[in-house]
Amino acid sequence: METFLTILLDGLQFSSYLFIVSAGLTIIFGVMKILNVCHGSFYAWGAYTSAFFIGKFSEMGLPDGLGFVVIVASAIIVGLVLGFLIEQLILKHMYHRDEVLIVLATFGLFLVLEDVILIAFGTDPYFAYQPMALLDSVEMGGIVRDVYGLTLIGVAALVAAGCWFLLNKTKWGTILKAVIFDREMGISMGINVPFVYTLTFIGGAILGGLGGAYIAPTISVAPGLGTEVIVLSFAVVVVGGMGSIMGAAIGSVIIGLLRALAVHELPQVELFVVFAVMAVVLVFRPEGLFAPAKPRKI
Amino acid sequence: MLRDNTSKVVLIGGILIILFGAVAPNWIVNQLMFGFSRALAILGLLVLWRTGLVSFGHAFYFGLGAYTVAILDIQLGVTDVFVRLLGGACLAGLAGFLVGFIMRNYRDIFFAMLNTAISMVLYGIIVKTESLGSTDGFAISLPTIFGVAPETKYPLFVVITTVAIVSALLINFYLKTTIGRLTTPIRDNEIRVEYLGFSVAHAIHLKYTMSAILAGGAGALMAMSLGQVDPDSMINWTVSGELVFITILSGPGNVIAPFIGSLVFEVLRTYAFELAPHLWQLIVGGTFLTIIFFLPGGIWSLISKLGRSTS
Amino acid sequence: MTESKPILEVRDLLKTFGAVVAAKDINVDVRKGEIVGIIGANGAGKTCFVNMVTGYLKPTSGSIAFDGVQLVGKGPREVTHAGISRSFQVSQVFHTMTVAENLMIALAIAKNRGFAALREMDSPDLLTRRDDVLTRYHLDSYKDMTVNVLSQGVRKLLDIAMAVVSEPRILLLDEPTSGISVEEKFGFMDVVIEALREDEVTVLFVEHDMEIVERYVSRVLAFYQGEIIADMSPKKALADAKVQEFVIGTRH
Ligand SMILES: Nc1ncnc2c1ncn2[C@@H]1O[C@H](COP(=O)(O)OP(=O)(O)OP(=O)(O)O)[C@@H](O)[C@H]1O
Ligand SMILES: [Mg+2]
Repeated sequence: METFLTILLDGLQFSSYLFIVSAGLTIIFGVMKILNVCHGSFYAWGAYTSAFFIGKFSEMGLPDGLGFVVIVASAIIVGLVLGFLIEQLILKHMYHRDEVLIVLATFGLFLVLEDVILIAFGTDPYFAYQPMALLDSVEMGGIVRDVYGLTLIGVAALVAAGCWFLLNKTKWGTILKAVIFDREMGISMGINVPFVYTLTFIGGAILGGLGGAYIAPTISVAPGLGTEVIVLSFAVVVVGGMGSIMGAAIGSVIIGLLRALAVHELPQVELFVVFAVMAVVLVFRPEGLFAPAKPRKI
Repeated sequence: MLRDNTSKVVLIGGILIILFGAVAPNWIVNQLMFGFSRALAILGLLVLWRTGLVSFGHAFYFGLGAYTVAILDIQLGVTDVFVRLLGGACLAGLAGFLVGFIMRNYRDIFFAMLNTAISMVLYGIIVKTESLGSTDGFAISLPTIFGVAPETKYPLFVVITTVAIVSALLINFYLKTTIGRLTTPIRDNEIRVEYLGFSVAHAIHLKYTMSAILAGGAGALMAMSLGQVDPDSMINWTVSGELVFITILSGPGNVIAPFIGSLVFEVLRTYAFELAPHLWQLIVGGTFLTIIFFLPGGIWSLISKLGRSTS
Repeated sequence: MTESKPILEVRDLLKTFGAVVAAKDINVDVRKGEIVGIIGANGAGKTCFVNMVTGYLKPTSGSIAFDGVQLVGKGPREVTHAGISRSFQVSQVFHTMTVAENLMIALAIAKNRGFAALREMDSPDLLTRRDDVLTRYHLDSYKDMTVNVLSQGVRKLLDIAMAVVSEPRILLLDEPTSGISVEEKFGFMDVVIEALREDEVTVLFVEHDMEIVERYVSRVLAFYQGEIIADMSPKKALADAKVQEFVIGTRH
């Protein structure tokens, strides 16, 4: 029972952080049709920025509670700066090129940003445990959990609700959905598509950064963490269906729970299981579980 | 119109390189062996790339080829270079043929990622399986050639270069046949190809199987040149990424391009690791972006420009 | 029109997309050598009909027989092999290749069936044929230009030329003149129809311009909401009350 609860909570926590990151990835894909490999960099930069400043502020003797402000601020700054620069300097000039080529360009960017992180922050790991220590832990059903980790589930739920509200209850959502369904149609409706693209990319980047910034206090922030997350969130959006928020949510839960199960019960297949699920879903549902509809061709 | 001299250049250039290898210092022969082995895989990816398909998982076939050599060596004591090579290429080809039934229905990023997923499943299995060498892999004995165990690596180098020449000639011919020409047309408009009366699925299946055979052969030769196999340098997604990188770097213009691209890659890597070990990813990523933006035809487009201005 | 048996027999064709009925009760016989015009307002089901005959869409029910051979269940490739080709409302060509390369591929696929596909493509015979088609379709001057840079009109010509190199017995043209300026339309159709008459191809073509229809066809099929509401000579059709209301009336 206790193991079961541990697996469940581990899995959900893991799913939550995957969802936050993947939601950004899937929104960018849905609107811009770009599979953004450097999404992993947003995550890594979010993590490093927040870990760095949480550590700095704590050294300066500022209250630990400030850490939460730092987390949100890091996500927004990373998303705004990196997202804006990358979209304006690189991607904007590529929209007319092959989908695959854009993926390769974002892969190139990802590699560059990985090394820039090393130059900026060095190779030593960062520990920014303060916000987590502040929230303490609770006992539930015989096991002890960090409250901080549990709040992650709440943050993911907030993100999901926010996306749902934005897409379904605002004028912005209508515009986005039009562009998602058919870009040409969006243009003919008078939508300023380039502007929508820029905002979408920044929005997605902020979500990527938030995933990293929020998870930073619970891990050792060290080189290579962007790689793991990009691989996992690819699996999530493929399983869920690229471009679907609902899909990202379901995909996150599936991948998160399966991985937690593997880690606890069958460590040999930990790495294997994510890819196996991805392969199986691709084979039987090539478009993923919840792929949005497409316009007809000829 | 320019006459196509590719096959002549491949043949003469290849023979010159074989002769050059006889007098070249060891480290150059080694670099050439690694470069040419890898170039075989690039040759297959070039055909896919022209068709608009990028596989981010061809390390699957590369690794299958390499591990076949290891298993042949360790389990069965097979030392002959040709048996090992054929074993690796055939097994990878068979796998590619079978996987091709599924893969031929996928395009774009779905094609790229399904390949990644499959290769990573194999990676996951090997890493966790003790009898397959786990993360350490295996050391492989130097191959024998026609029953003779060579003193140096030169004979192996001759074999690799010969295989490279033959493969380049075959692919060059293939690209001139009707089915071989069906690359850009498929990338541009599949519906039209079907309406003209050719099965896009069959065309892609054949190209995919060919690319698997070539990648398997490449892996087998690489394993023998290195004298060892391990999952991280043979099957991990970073290996697939490298293969894609070299393909883009080479450019799809000609079958000679992969050989030049692979050699440039070997040199680039050797010097980068010496001069700026922490900047490898930055260099690769930067090169990626530069090529995509400023040199879509890869290194080959520079060479063909040079050729045109001198003639 | 002396032959008794039609070359194309369409019976009780029905096609639905969920609640949308795109084709219903379609019954048509076409005889060898006929040139048939297909008219109808936007969304009437003209393209859908062409798509079903050429195997791109599978009808919900009904049958399509070509020279006695059932086409339902066959895909575009098999339909092409059987001897039916088509052009497209939005031209479907290889946009990063030159006009000559486009035609060469089309010819090579048509002529090098089976193991011949493993022979070198650029044979002298095919090159001659290619130049012949280029001339017949007035494409000579665009020969070495990439499709990307060409006007809609030239693309449409190429699209049709690529469809005919397999020497089909029936050719369906989906709005061959859309995207072509009014002044050029007749010259364009003259080129196409003349080339097709030479080969005695049976032609069905979708067209919005009634002047074009009147000039080239011997018979008109008028579509309205997925059904054929008139199947008669162009003169009669233009005078027909239903056609005037549902086809011509809705267009400016
Ligand atoms: N693949 C499809 N999925 C859903 N609906 C379709 C599909 N293809 C056609 N339809 C519907 O079938 C109907 C007929 O469409 P079709 O394209 O045949 O019209 P058309 O007569 O060619 O019009 P136009 O003059 O605009 O080309 C339309 O209502 C269209 O929305
Ligand atoms: Mg139509």
